[in-house]
Amino acid sequence: MYTILITVGVITGIATVLAVLLTFADSYIADYGIKKITINKEKEFEIDGGSTLLSSLTSQSIFIPSACGGKGSCGYCKCKINSGGGPVLATELSYLSKDDLQNNVRLSCQVKVKEDMSIEIPAELFNVKMFSATVEKSTNVTDKIKQLRFKITSNDPASLDFKAGQYIQLLAPPYPGSPEEVYRAYSIASATKDEGYIELLIGYVEGGIVTTYVHQHLSNDDKVTFTGPYGDFYLQDTDAEVILVAVGTGMAPIRSILYELLAQKSERKISFFFGARTKSDLFLLDEMEMFERELPNFKFIPTLSRPEENDDWTGEVGRVTHAIEKRLEESDSPKEAYLCGSAPMIDSTVKVLVAKGIPEEKVYFDKFD
Amino acid sequence: MPEINPIVILFASIFTSNMVLANFLGMCSFIAVSKEIKTSIGLGQAVTFVLTGTTIINYFIYHYILIPFGLEYLRFIVFIITIAAFVQLVEMIIERYLPSLYYSLGIFLPLITVNCAILGVSLFMVIRDYSFIQSLSFGLGSGLGWALAILAMSGIRKKLERAPIPKGLQGPGITLIITGLMALAFIGFSGIVRIQ
Repeated sequence: MYTILITVGVITGIATVLAVLLTFADSYIADYGIKKITINKEKEFEIDGGSTLLSSLTSQSIFIPSACGGKGSCGYCKCKINSGGGPVLATELSYLSKDDLQNNVRLSCQVKVKEDMSIEIPAELFNVKMFSATVEKSTNVTDKIKQLRFKITSNDPASLDFKAGQYIQLLAPPYPGSPEEVYRAYSIASATKDEGYIELLIGYVEGGIVTTYVHQHLSNDDKVTFTGPYGDFYLQDTDAEVILVAVGTGMAPIRSILYELLAQKSERKISFFFGARTKSDLFLLDEMEMFERELPNFKFIPTLSRPEENDDWTGEVGRVTHAIEKRLEESDSPKEAYLCGSAPMIDSTVKVLVAKGIPEEKVYFDKFD
Repeated sequence: MPEINPIVILFASIFTSNMVLANFLGMCSFIAVSKEIKTSIGLGQAVTFVLTGTTIINYFIYHYILIPFGLEYLRFIVFIITIAAFVQLVEMIIERYLPSLYYSLGIFLPLITVNCAILGVSLFMVIRDYSFIQSLSFGLGSGLGWALAILAMSGIRKKLERAPIPKGLQGPGITLIITGLMALAFIGFSGIVRIQ
């Protein structure tokens, strides 16, 4: 008994002394004083140096997209640092392309503010705000996908001003099994006109931090926090024929785009190819019927990759690319395509669409990781 | 306590019982960082500094805390804790005052924590029952020896860049073989002095 106490005492003592020493050293050695950050040569603010650029910007209510919360594992928080960034760090290299390196693009979660900095970020990011909201309704649309409706409760601003197709970053607070705050990106599934509310479609991923939080810890009237809007994937204002392609929760931004087209009473020709495994993985079918009724030139083409025998499936079978090859009519009329889903699905779909004569720059996509 | 002149220990730990080449400790960063002469000099300096520092700290902790309480069996955990904390401190200092070295060492600076040579030196110091002065020269010598080995290796690898090495052996493969050859050469020093 005595030995155990002594052992615990000694180890605790040594660890405490070292921890205290390091804390002191951190506040003395890592004190870089007040530094100035200039954004896009117009905005300026001063912050305490020494912390990362990402957290310094967040403290000034400028929200750069980041999915991993600053651990340097997602590569989303890129921003252009024109001066004061220091050399590129080894932890950034795997996320920076050759172009990035030439253009001084860096990962803002890895770069520490040690001197005055001048950075450039897309002007849209100034519109990104932080919102609080409560869960108004949550429905299981399939056994793996939840549809969640949030009521925005923050007052300034009271509604999210976004373009159909953009996404938000949902924050999962620490919960048992996940000790840190984590942000994940989710496309907004609701209409832009649905002011004061947003809807998300969130699939359950085994072991996923935010999906586990949403599927197992979130219930009605719970408070959530999110930032947004982000993204350059949104409906373009043209008259071209619209080809929509999604699998699984990739439905979300497409649904928002469809509501947008509905609000415009659009007469554009629209085909929506939706891929799922079995019939039980299809969802929001009644809404798709509604769109087919209300939009004069809209066609919903679901395709099942593995229909089960008792599904009685008479529709398309195979992957979405297969359905597109079969059903998309080639014509000279201008077309544009919006794809949302996993990276392999997007890559193969882009190839098929380009082969069908759609210029690559008219194929817009949002890749899920 | 063995009666060995500390200066003998210093030179012996650089040449005859070199940490890398005689004991094969600290191989991971030895293989990973020896690509560039400049970074291997930097890492060599950092390892030497950390080795000397942690040997001193661990000497005092072992002789003035662990032995009086009869907790010698805790030395593994305690040594690792002090090494980790010391490396953190060194990292902070280098980041603040030597930014260019900080950037060139990159991820390998925090990885010094898990460099086996450093824990090895602290443990050998205890096993061989060195006095303080002997430990100090052993720590410093082992660090210099490690730095010498990685510097030699990076020089050789610079030459190897133009050598026609079979694809499967490029990188770590050929490095391990060369390390073996270097170790064989260093065996020539063995038996000149004894340090334990």
